[in-house]
Amino acid sequence: MAYSDKVLDHYENPRNVGSLDKNDPNVGTGMVGAPACGDVMKLMIKVNDAGIIEDAKFKTYGCGSAIASSSLVTEWLKGKTVDEAYAIKNSAIAEELALPPVKIHCSVLAEDAIKAAVADIKAKKLAKVAA
Amino acid sequence: MERLPIYLDYSATTPVDPRVAAKMIPYLTEHYGNPASRSHPYGWEAEKAVENAREEVAKLVNADPREIVWTSGATESNNLAIKGAANFYAASKGKHIITVATEHKAVIDPIRELERQGFEATFLEPEPNGLLDLAKFKAAIRPDTVLASVMLVNNEIGVIQDIESIGKICRENNVIFHVDAAQATGKVKIDLETLPVDLMSFSAHKTYGPKGIGALYVRRKPRIRIEAQMHGGGHERGMRSGTLATHQIVGMGEAFRIAREEMASENERIRMLRDRLVNGLQEIEETYMNGDLTHRVPHNLNMSFNYVEGESLIMAVKGIAVSSGSACTSASLEPSYVLRALGRSDELAHSSIRFSIGRFTTEEDVDYTIKLLKEKIGKLRELSPLWEMFKDGIDISKVQWASH
Repeated sequence: MAYSDKVLDHYENPRNVGSLDKNDPNVGTGMVGAPACGDVMKLMIKVNDAGIIEDAKFKTYGCGSAIASSSLVTEWLKGKTVDEAYAIKNSAIAEELALPPVKIHCSVLAEDAIKAAVADIKAKKLAKVAA
Repeated sequence: MERLPIYLDYSATTPVDPRVAAKMIPYLTEHYGNPASRSHPYGWEAEKAVENAREEVAKLVNADPREIVWTSGATESNNLAIKGAANFYAASKGKHIITVATEHKAVIDPIRELERQGFEATFLEPEPNGLLDLAKFKAAIRPDTVLASVMLVNNEIGVIQDIESIGKICRENNVIFHVDAAQATGKVKIDLETLPVDLMSFSAHKTYGPKGIGALYVRRKPRIRIEAQMHGGGHERGMRSGTLATHQIVGMGEAFRIAREEMASENERIRMLRDRLVNGLQEIEETYMNGDLTHRVPHNLNMSFNYVEGESLIMAVKGIAVSSGSACTSASLEPSYVLRALGRSDELAHSSIRFSIGRFTTEEDVDYTIKLLKEKIGKLRELSPLWEMFKDGIDISKVQWASH
């Protein structure tokens, strides 16, 4: 299969690979997908008290398009508010990376990972307020 | 131009041996007669070449040349054998067929087609090592079983089935026995004088011959009858009509002659290369070999690299040309049905690579492959959340994954 140059670039030089401290109250984690389906994405975001994403890291088990989709969103997330992040659509990811139709699910997974990470950090912050 | 990757996909196809190509060319440009032309030397010359080649094919498998029918390849041979025998004997014997879940699609799909026409089929699951349990095979036989089809060498995992014992069981129960030997010629010794096999499929292009030519062995004693699937001029004793492709046939004959003369020494050399590859790759943590370790051809190594996804792995190792056990690239997310039938988990099936080595593979090729795999697997595992969980001692099979 022919990959776009952007997919190849992210695949060969993935940005923001790694993990953040999951015990940090300012860190939200989203883990989506399943090994049986061939894709698992773990996205971690660090959000300051103003609701701005200061840092983002990822680890992905999956095809080149899945790795590229998650690498790309870590770049996009930094500096955004959690609400802006939540609004990122898979179609924007697919368009930026020129994903072929059979790989659209990789961009859907990346959107799901963002939503899961945002939901996690919101729950954590609510719990902190409640406590 | 970018350098082509090292070819380690000999089970997909092999290059035509230069000796084979040289022998074929005159039959395109000079001796171009139709082997069925009886009235002039052009035809006689072509016929002689076709019969010489038939003899070479028969010799490799210790058969009578009159038992060899030319086809376009192993897919056609399998179709002709399975549909041809099932339809011929259905009325007298019955409409039940036995095969194995790990057979090539060119066996599974003709049987599926017969199911649509009213036949019943049993697809036996192999043992975790890929081999068929003889007791299970015996138990599957019914009074109306007309045909069994079991491949000699598996294309994905390279295991060798016990064809002799399976054939004996078929004989005892009056079941026609077909064997797909596309992956076996030149790799394992085949003696049809002693093997209780009725029909056997061959391909040229897996054994350094050209694509587009194959053969079907049809036993004469006891005589096996098949219904033709292709009707026309009545070539090949009426079993397969169509003008014979002289140059392709000459190529297959020459390829099988070379296989017969050189397979002993060649397989020894290939076994040493394969062992070198296995030893190198086993230095990588969490690797699993697929298929029985002893009952397999020396050319094949099928290995799963846990916690690394197959398609990204194939992408990472573009310096070598190999096959993935994962069919992700064909748009479906299904992992290899062969590995699944062995009971491999989806993850392991997804992260497998088939390395198949052959006549032109060198020690340097193998060493490069080991170095490349070590480097790239390390890199992909750094990226893998599953590897991180494994290292943290989390049992991934116990995790509740959200389905998608």
